[in-house]
Amino acid sequence: MVAKAPSKQSTTKLSELPHEGHFGEFGGQFVPEILIPALKELERAHKEITARFDFQSELKALRADYGGRPTPLYFAKRLTEHAGGARIFLKREDVVHGGAHTLNNALGQALLARAMGKRRVIAETGAGQHGVAVAMACAVLGLNAEIYMGARDIERQALNAQRMKVLGAVVHAVTSGSQTLKDAINEALRDWVTNVPTTYYLMGSVIGPHPYPMIVRDFQRVIGDEIKGQLLRREQRLPDLLVACVGGGSNAIGTFYPFVSDEKVQFLGVEAAGAASLSRGSIGVLHGAKTFVLQDEHGHIAETHSIAAGLDYAAVGPEHALYKKLGRGEYVPVSDAEALEGFRLLARLEGILPALEAAHAVYAGVQRAKRMKRDQIMVITLSGRGDKDLETVVRYDTQPTPEQTL
Amino acid sequence: MILSQRLNKRFEEVRRRGEAALIGYIMTGEPQLPRTLEYIKALEAGGLDVLELGVPFTDPIADGPTLQAAHARALRQGVTVHTALQFVRELRKSSELPILLMTYYNPIYRLGEESFARRCSEASVDGVIIPDLPIEEATSWVNQARKYGLARVFFATPETDTERVKKICEYASGFLYLVSRYGTTGAHETLAPTAIPLIERVRPLVPQDLRLAVGFGFSTRAQIEMVVRAGVDGVIVGSALAARIAEGASPETITDYVRELKAGTRPLP
Ligand SMILES: Cc1ncc(COP(=O)(O)O)c(C=O)c1O
Repeated sequence: MVAKAPSKQSTTKLSELPHEGHFGEFGGQFVPEILIPALKELERAHKEITARFDFQSELKALRADYGGRPTPLYFAKRLTEHAGGARIFLKREDVVHGGAHTLNNALGQALLARAMGKRRVIAETGAGQHGVAVAMACAVLGLNAEIYMGARDIERQALNAQRMKVLGAVVHAVTSGSQTLKDAINEALRDWVTNVPTTYYLMGSVIGPHPYPMIVRDFQRVIGDEIKGQLLRREQRLPDLLVACVGGGSNAIGTFYPFVSDEKVQFLGVEAAGAASLSRGSIGVLHGAKTFVLQDEHGHIAETHSIAAGLDYAAVGPEHALYKKLGRGEYVPVSDAEALEGFRLLARLEGILPALEAAHAVYAGVQRAKRMKRDQIMVITLSGRGDKDLETVVRYDTQPTPEQTL
Repeated sequence: MILSQRLNKRFEEVRRRGEAALIGYIMTGEPQLPRTLEYIKALEAGGLDVLELGVPFTDPIADGPTLQAAHARALRQGVTVHTALQFVRELRKSSELPILLMTYYNPIYRLGEESFARRCSEASVDGVIIPDLPIEEATSWVNQARKYGLARVFFATPETDTERVKKICEYASGFLYLVSRYGTTGAHETLAPTAIPLIERVRPLVPQDLRLAVGFGFSTRAQIEMVVRAGVDGVIVGSALAARIAEGASPETITDYVRELKAGTRPLP
């Protein structure tokens, strides 16, 4: 995190620049020059404003009374019996207001935007859960929200697109590229370079240029902090394994980060097989950060596919890239069909409909639990609820396409 | 290796003639791969002083709809960094037009900064413009570009404060690229209200050996005259050319358009 010394061969001495915002070799600020001052301002504001007592107490109250935190840590008895191995707990982010973990971050950043005097908030969304959370946070704090969403995602997450509109947000359909999350981010960034003096970009995951991966992590770490307290109270011990799905990686980082120095606690990140940047990608630069990216030999970004719109993304947060490189976290791919198996399993055994994103974590968690001992503890973060996905699931059951059986 | 002299020499000649340089952009592979060279020749015939040759990327976040479409068309034709370098080699057989590659950072990173810089130098490219590489991330690139004699163009914008402009000038060579307006690339008919104040503010901060060029939104002779009077050494035209080429303008039409723009670089006092 210190300034890189300019190379000895250089003839002119470059000014020392702060080289913060890197996770090892990953992260950084690979963005157009016009955004650099805004990112620096954001970094400063985040540091100063979130440290204030009144900010923290307002956030805490909103999270509790508006958002429904703390969320339960539920012992999934029947799922545990089914797997026949480790005891499986579910961290119930699906019961957060709005239906996903995304509100944790949206409330935090919307409060920050308001404190910075920015009343126009823009955001990208994939599954629509971040868009819904931003629309809610902006409604409750009196801000204006504009959400960029891929046209393909609007189609497959129609309910969420409708919810955003009803909540007062303007929804922009993005028709460029693959019309999914990646393209929604491109379009949100283009909006930001055009309106940067008046606009707050409320990034939805631990991706993008510094300081976003840090800010979003700080607002999502409440998941892991709660898990730690709840499990210590209940079991007087830490978990053996934490499992979470990874799209950009925010619910996973929120789950893992508070345990990063607890070396015995292992992390399992679960990616969509058709968008598995950590499992199958290579190092590259996308949306402002150096990280693992799905790309070809020329550095062109690959088109991805997942049945879960929130995991359908060609890159991943730089902090996960570092965890992977250091071996701190393990990352595995799960296919559409496997995720659906996880979805059905949780529905029938526990009466919970997980979001298709979270269903990836359920599937991988159950597989892993089978190989663990009965006295071991696993926590699966259930990042969201599955109401938004019912239509997709039903359609898949009746007519799986070759693409879907990837 | 010392900096490629083609670019500096061209700026010198232009200045001696009492003009500013007209810098034009074309995406490799426009309007179709076999015709790009023909259109570059057409630009040159109209009096273009410096060429920016585009390398396509899947996610061109600094570009508006016109250039996004150009990126997409080029990708569909399989254009890569290597295609662009091949064009430069071809062009060099008959032209001393200074050429800068304009590419997002990931294709460079994928190839390796050193390998990319070496190939550029071997193809006699004169410099590189990377719209998503701010100076914070550019230390190693600057060293490679120095080693291989490539101009390193960096940006300054209406958001860039004085202290930062000075820092950017330490990293830059060839010219400093002023972004005249908030927003992505795209042609406009009028000059952005931010343009002249930006030029006036930055001009005194730029060292002797660095030129000052302005771009984003230029499409008319009148706009060019205004910024040249305000004291820039070059004006960059991108989307306006790209839009005309995409709409099927003939090489002759492009030559005429460039000639008209070029006239704006020598305003009467
Ligand atoms: C329910 C749910 N889970 C997970 C994700 C993936 O995002 P992240 O990896 O940032 O948690 C999303 C994204 O929209 C989501 O809606």
